[in-house]
Amino acid sequence: MRTGPRKREAMAYFTVVIEGTGETYRSPEQRTVLEGMAALGRKEIPVGCRGGGCGVCKIEVLAGSYRKRVMSRAHVSEDDEAAHRVLACRVWPTSDLRLKVLGKMGKKVGAGDTAPASDGC
Amino acid sequence: MALTGVLRPGHVQMRVLDLEESIKFYGDVVGLVETGRDTQGRVYFKTWDERDHNSFIIRQAETAGLDFYAFKVDSKASLDKFDADLRAYGLKTERIAAGELLETGERVRFQIPTGHLIELYAEKTDVGNGLSYLNPEAWTAQAERGIAPIRMDHILLYGPDIEAAQKIFEEVLGFYLVEHVELEENKSDLAIWLSCSTKAHDLAFVRHPEPGKLHHVAFQLESWEKVLRAADIMAMNKVNIDIGPTRHGITRGTTIYAFDPSGNRIETFCGGYASYPDWQPIKWTMDEVGRGIFYHDRKLNDTFLTVVT
Repeated sequence: MRTGPRKREAMAYFTVVIEGTGETYRSPEQRTVLEGMAALGRKEIPVGCRGGGCGVCKIEVLAGSYRKRVMSRAHVSEDDEAAHRVLACRVWPTSDLRLKVLGKMGKKVGAGDTAPASDGC
Repeated sequence: MALTGVLRPGHVQMRVLDLEESIKFYGDVVGLVETGRDTQGRVYFKTWDERDHNSFIIRQAETAGLDFYAFKVDSKASLDKFDADLRAYGLKTERIAAGELLETGERVRFQIPTGHLIELYAEKTDVGNGLSYLNPEAWTAQAERGIAPIRMDHILLYGPDIEAAQKIFEEVLGFYLVEHVELEENKSDLAIWLSCSTKAHDLAFVRHPEPGKLHHVAFQLESWEKVLRAADIMAMNKVNIDIGPTRHGITRGTTIYAFDPSGNRIETFCGGYASYPDWQPIKWTMDEVGRGIFYHDRKLNDTFLTVVT
């Protein structure tokens, strides 16, 4: 039995637009840009370690604002960070976002020593 | 004593992006026991059942990944002998003074052709596992706190020229090949699993163009049920799981790969058969590599060959 007005769940969603493909998805503010995408079963941004260490989910935020946490300098330089080239697993949207995917998964099996590794961009 | 020379993996030092977050992860979620902090800001852990002072050390850095991986040898005489043998083989070695790492004796450090720093040491203070050396109980309360592995068990390293690394471990340090994935017939391997003991692996390598990369550090659990319990604990704590619970065809271990808060991969695993140096190595071919790595799915996942720190 309710004893008072039901508290409304305050959850803000923001729209993320992926430049190039034009794909969009709605991401809640408490999830990273990468988690928001992956929770919907979407695959526009490559999913790696999800801790800011491996660099495969690198994106460039073209418009919009976000919160961020520490990311590996092996994959995000100070210049990158200033230019909004960040890791999707370490940024939380605080507005609608437009972004470009920079990261990619690396070599396939048996590609040998000479295949390019994931260099985080 | 049958087990001589290099005894076992002893300690690993890892870089993390946020120290406090990582202390909580390794302490509360993995369930390692913190045993010390030093003036460099490094934090030391061991598993509940390990007896030596530390096996897992973290420090805050701008990048994630591995600083060095170390093996304990049976005596100071062996340490000196291995140092001389490594030099005679053509490797540069460096002596690091006792005490530089807390409660740890002198270390011999060298770089292998895959780009990784490997250390040997003979002494680390026995702080015990909380059980008596006289008529002990079976376990302590620490054995149920968090995932609570038994030991830091092995490491998988990614880098170029794994054949040259294999040669050093086999010819100088007495390791032997347990299993391998053949890349080109009778010519090169994609991956190798090496043992210095009767474990199915103490050290493994995967061929990779970038040197010095870490795939995972593995912690051993007692049972498949404990692996499933680890998965529940990871879910409750929103730990990012890479794959599993599942089984490896290679070594037959049951496993979960998961990521620490800095994106370093850890493995919580159980099993793997007992191996012996006289056994013929097991070979896997590239067309069956999926089943070799992930026995149930029978294919590699997207991240296995790519996501490293």
